Amino acid sequence: MIEVRDVYRHFGGRTGLFSADRVVRAVDGISFSLAKGGVLGIVGESGCGKSTLGRLILGLLPTTSGDIRVEGQSLADLDRRERARLIQPIFQDPYSSLNPRQRIRDIVGLPLAAQGAMPAAKQRAEVMDMLARVGLSAEMAERYPAQLSGGQRQRVAIARALVLRPRIVVCDEPTSALDVSVQAQILNLLADLRRELGLTYIFISHNLAVVEHVATEVAVMYLGRFVEQAASDDLFREPRHPYTRALLASVLTAEPGIAIPDVGLGDIYPDPANIPSGCRFHPRCPIAADRCRIESPIRPPKNGRIAECLFASDPVRIQS
Amino acid sequence: MKPVLEIENLRVGFADGTAAVRGVSLKVARGETHCLVGESGCGKSVTALSTMNLLARGARRSADVMRFHDYDLTSLSDRDMARLRGDKIAMIFQEPMTSLNPAYTIGSQMAEVLERHRRVSRAKGLERAADLLGRVGITAPGMRLAQYPHQLSGGLRQRVMIAMALMCEPELLIADEPTTALDVTVQAQILRLLQELQRELGLALLLITHDLGIVARMAQRVSVMYAGQVVESGSAEALFRAPTHPYTRGLLACVPIPGKTPRDQPLGSIPGVVPRIGPGFVGCAFRDRCAHAEPACGGTVPRRTVAADHDAVCTMVPA
Repeated sequence: MIEVRDVYRHFGGRTGLFSADRVVRAVDGISFSLAKGGVLGIVGESGCGKSTLGRLILGLLPTTSGDIRVEGQSLADLDRRERARLIQPIFQDPYSSLNPRQRIRDIVGLPLAAQGAMPAAKQRAEVMDMLARVGLSAEMAERYPAQLSGGQRQRVAIARALVLRPRIVVCDEPTSALDVSVQAQILNLLADLRRELGLTYIFISHNLAVVEHVATEVAVMYLGRFVEQAASDDLFREPRHPYTRALLASVLTAEPGIAIPDVGLGDIYPDPANIPSGCRFHPRCPIAADRCRIESPIRPPKNGRIAECLFASDPVRIQS
Repeated sequence: MKPVLEIENLRVGFADGTAAVRGVSLKVARGETHCLVGESGCGKSVTALSTMNLLARGARRSADVMRFHDYDLTSLSDRDMARLRGDKIAMIFQEPMTSLNPAYTIGSQMAEVLERHRRVSRAKGLERAADLLGRVGITAPGMRLAQYPHQLSGGLRQRVMIAMALMCEPELLIADEPTTALDVTVQAQILRLLQELQRELGLALLLITHDLGIVARMAQRVSVMYAGQVVESGSAEALFRAPTHPYTRGLLACVPIPGKTPRDQPLGSIPGVVPRIGPGFVGCAFRDRCAHAEPACGGTVPRRTVAADHDAVCTMVPA
């Protein structure tokens, strides 16, 4: 369905009169492919490049190099309307992603109107059908975003994303701004729609518990690369990268009596304009050795798994 | 032992007629973490702000009891309250960038707390600031003192906020979503730090959060808030072992636990939305969203004891 090959996106880099040469390597060599109906969960912390990757896949941002193909067609060869029919976004904040001065029916109908050449009656029927599918009553169509709750707004954003019946939906933190009870409603809705409409999701989130629940495959992103990627079951059962382990340990499940983990990452923060040599995780890694400073851990995928750690095949060391 | 903070029947109303807090009672003892948990708009932050007397103009606050040690907070003058704030009672907010002044260095802001409350010299203040920055795990504290807030990462800023809150050795720390803006690995570090400091200093900690994971790992006591009321409260152990109020049970079902929540099944969710509560609202505010609602829920619902040290406001709890 979607194939991403060696995609890079760097920002800045021109040496100006007053600025030093500072290249931010936001996406630094990412490849993956995802079959129809799959859900790729992309997890990582702020600044790891996950949202930039999402924007590249949506075609909102050109790549520096590399190729993104959807159903065999390169995104670079498609115009905006063609892209919109294939890929649609759902963003984090339903407060800022809906035009406050438009009625809900116009917001949801906009992608149809932008494609042009659809009779008004048919457009209205499509909009009403999609509102019903996302669980909004017909009377909501006449309202404005300010009259809706956060959960209802996110349903509107979902309806707008799906009204063109795209193949792929890029969900960038779709539930992070919502209360937990509403988050569960939206996650359940996204799961139902995927089954009903045969959608493929790229699901970007910082919340590992949520990703574990929705994703069939998981990629862990750190400083612009997928440092680990595997089928969801495998990754959660047997994480091979120390960063994945730290992220997993940081998930605070609602189980009392368990201490707060010592993730052991220290207080050095990653900087995408200054990516460490060798293994990019080594300054924070609890098991780093001397060779991690020099040697690149990048290897071709093995049995469909990626783990960019020199000790990935050394479970004793990883578990320590 | 007498609690450090004791609140009984706190009510807060806003000028637009919203009843934000409707009869909240809670206690925090020395060395104890009491978590106030609930979703946005439930009144948990308003409860914290009214304890500090920091409510916006036009808000009205009343309480049968509102006591910090022997201070009666309801009758304390603004001036005396200002003396307590930042001294014996300290507060940490969610977004450290908006609570730190961007125009002053970290050192100057931290030292000011001590100068103001303890009338000590700037040099003494800076000395204590450096000491505390070290305690909260900041390397090279001397360098950090001379930096401005924008030069620090989010995790470092939140550590600075914690260190600043500790300048005058407070006895009560109110933390309102202190890690919500942070990455998960940093969140774990900050929470561990809070726990360590609390043990070391015997702090009473009132921790406000929407995250049941944080509650489970941090709290000794929990109060679950919904629509301005504490609908269930008890020891953390009792509350997670035998959640009783349908809202508490619903919240717990909403959060997936990796490896335990079945993946091909929908998550539990709570239908509907929080109602708007005006003055004179009667009955259980959750009844429109509750699967067990019955006619009695429309009348006054008393607080009932579930077990020793565990109570809930629900008609299903036998009298």
